Order: sequence, then C-alpha cells, then structure tokens
Amino acid sequence: MNAPLYSIPGAAPAAPAAAAPSSGQDGGARTVNQVLAESQIEAVMDELDRDLVGLVPVKQRIRDISALLVIDKLRRNLGLEAQAPSLHMSFTGNPGTGKTTVAMRMAQILHRLGYVRKGHLVAVTRDDLVGQYIGHTAPKTKEVLKKAMGGVLFIDEAYYLYRPENERDYGQEAIEILLQVMENQRDDLVVILAGYKDRMDTFFKSNPGMSSRIAHHLDFPDYTQGELLQIGERMLDGMHYRFGPGAQQVFAEYLSLRLQQPHFANARSVRNALDRARLRQASRLFGERDRALTKDDLSTIEVADLRASRVFAAPAA
Amino acid sequence: MMTNPTGRLTQGQFSFLPDLTDAEIALQIEYGLKKGYAWSVEYTDDPHPRNTYWEMFGNPMFDLKDAAGVMMELNACRKTFPNHYIRMMAFDSTRNTESITMSFIVNRPAKEPGFGLSRQEVKGRSMHYTVHSYATDTPEGERYGR
Repeated sequence: MNAPLYSIPGAAPAAPAAAAPSSGQDGGARTVNQVLAESQIEAVMDELDRDLVGLVPVKQRIRDISALLVIDKLRRNLGLEAQAPSLHMSFTGNPGTGKTTVAMRMAQILHRLGYVRKGHLVAVTRDDLVGQYIGHTAPKTKEVLKKAMGGVLFIDEAYYLYRPENERDYGQEAIEILLQVMENQRDDLVVILAGYKDRMDTFFKSNPGMSSRIAHHLDFPDYTQGELLQIGERMLDGMHYRFGPGAQQVFAEYLSLRLQQPHFANARSVRNALDRARLRQASRLFGERDRALTKDDLSTIEVADLRASRVFAAPAA
Repeated sequence: MMTNPTGRLTQGQFSFLPDLTDAEIALQIEYGLKKGYAWSVEYTDDPHPRNTYWEMFGNPMFDLKDAAGVMMELNACRKTFPNHYIRMMAFDSTRNTESITMSFIVNRPAKEPGFGLSRQEVKGRSMHYTVHSYATDTPEGERYGR
C-alpha cells in the first residue's frame, strides 16, 4: 500500500503505547471469587440449577467448563498464555430432554465469561444450511455462519446434514465449510450440534473430522417420573394454573402410565398433556353457562380434566 | 496540473489517513452494527469519481451481530481481488434514511497512477475538460498489474 506523502498529526508516537506490562491488566483478578464477581457467572449457574430439573451430568459438565474458563482468566492475568479452549459441543439425548434450553443458557454463560463476544444464539436446521442446487449451499452456509459470529450456532438435528444414501447430497459441502470455520475461527463462534443419540453416533462415525473437532460430547439423560412431575408443576405455575385437590396424584399416575407407552418425549409430552388438560378444563367451564367464574375456577385443573385422557382409557379396554 | 497530489485515491471516509488496519476496520464495522447498519463489500478497478456503483461482492449482510462475520466476507473479497479497490458500505434501512451512511476504502492496488485531465477544444476558444483514469487504458482485470 502507498504511504501518504503528507504527515499526519500525532501519528508517530501512537504505536508504542499499546505494549503495556502484561500483568495487572484486566483488573488483575487473583482469586476465583474476584473473577466470579466480575462475570456474574454464579447467577447464571444458580439460575440453571433452579430452573432446570434433573440433568445432573449436563450441569456437572457445564460447571467443569465454567471452572476451566474462570481458571483460564486467572492464568491470563498472571501472564500464563494458553490457547483458547475449543468449546464446540454436541448435545445428544432423547426428544424433550432440554437440549435447546441448555444451548440458550450456554450462550449466556459463555458470554458472561467473555468467550463469545455477543452471546446470541442462532438456531438452525438442515434447511438453513444446505441449498437446493449446485453452488447454493456455500453462500447459504456462510451467511448463517456470519450471522452466528460472536455468538453460538445451534444446529438442531445435525445428523440430517449427512445423507449417505444420496451421494449427490449437498450436506457434505455444508459440513466441510462448517469444519473449516470451526477450526479457524474458534474464538469467533461456538458451534453446538444437537440430535438423538443413536443417529448422532452414526453421524460422527461417518464424519470423524467433525467428531474430533468437538471437545464436549454431552449426553442428556431421560427424566425420571419424579422429575417429570416437578417439570409439570413448573409449567403449570408458569402459565398461572395449579392442580386442584387430588389432581397432582392423578397426574403422577398419568405419567407412570404414559411412560410405558411408545413415543414418549419427556418434557414435551408433559407440556402436551397439560395443554390438553387446559382444553378440557376450558370446555368444562364453557358448559356451565350461568355460573359466575372466580379466579380460582379459572386457574384450577381438576381431577376430571386429567382423568378424561385416553391414557387412562387404554389399560381398561 | 497535478490531479493526484497524495498519490492515492481519496474517496469516502478516512481516505486522507494511512490505511486502516484490520483491527481498526473491525472497530468501524462494530460501530455500524451497533447502529443497526447492514454492511456490504464492493470492489472495482475503475475508480473514476463518477463511477458511483461498484461491483457488489455478495449480498449486503443484514442481521449480523459481530464484525467477525463482515471481516470474513472482506477477507474473501481481498483474496479474490487483491489488486482492486475494495470498499465497505454501511446501509441504514431506517425509514426516511434508506441509504448508505458509511463508506470507506479498505483495499488498494499497490500502484495508483491516478487521473489525467484531458482537454478538448470546441467551437471558438472554448475548452471542455474531463478526468481520465490512466489505469483504464487497459482492459478490465488487467489494470493494476496481475
């Protein structure tokens, strides 16, 4: 590049000021508590503990990652340089085990720790990455990557990216671009892949490059019946409903029956069951045309609303 | 008459300053993103002052949160056109603005021959003047060495 032929006021002495002594920058935190106070990571962790039922292994891994990030910050304050850890993750688990919810939290946690600059979450599926004709995939994938820069890219049902049965599938192209960016711009974005356990396993088997670039493989366990009941109560609470007398036991009974049936989708099934109970409650109240409805009436799910479910009907038949 | 006193093209913002470093460019982009602008990358090898519309390198980038995404596009453009002029443009889509609000050159050819003033004698003793880029005497793509 051509240097300009004129002088710029104040241009000469500006350069050497940048090289300040490395210790004592960044506020010079020396203890874990100081870093925690700066980043308010504890608040996020507590929230995670409070809001999410169960998921013990997942929470433990998030704690480990947070601990590493905190210690890394302390090390950096003392001038111990280390490469930024690879934070790409894969979330595997059955439907409704909270993969998306945790991904959202992850973006927050990483943002507070200063590992992603903006802390937003871009959630995509195969449709957003893979194009329909030759030359369509690369710009599409790159556009998504550009939007996710500075935040977390969450690829739901990631195994759909790779379709071995169709050799002309463009998914492979998207995977290659992803891999390149995951490797080269590790401090610009964090990629989280999510999907069902068995299908993700085959996906990683056929894409060893992808598997080796992901440092954290988190497996989301199914919820137990007790945890599901707790989740159900929280959902109701969030919607300003509550169980009437005896309804909670009936709901527990419902869950134990429903658990034995196929296609159980954990928290998602719980939400659907509650939504159906709300419908039944609504039509029950709708039937009583002349009654003055109190706040209690409107917010209580009665035993009858739950008993009407076809899950209770099935074993009798 | 000297039409190119600094030996450099001076169009857009910061064009009288030394070239911005990548970190400085990223800061400018960050500023624009904070204001809600959509950045785009354009290139040309015909930098005539009246050549308002340069070639677009990809689409304008809406909904970006971080400068790293824009820098990715810029670096791709630099790789494709190392000897072209490249500029960043910030589009403000706010109602009643809907226009470019920032524009600055981020890549220049190694050698910038500048512009010549050509005169044309017309009726009587009248003169018509026009500015002509020395570089455009050669065909597109071969103008700044390559």
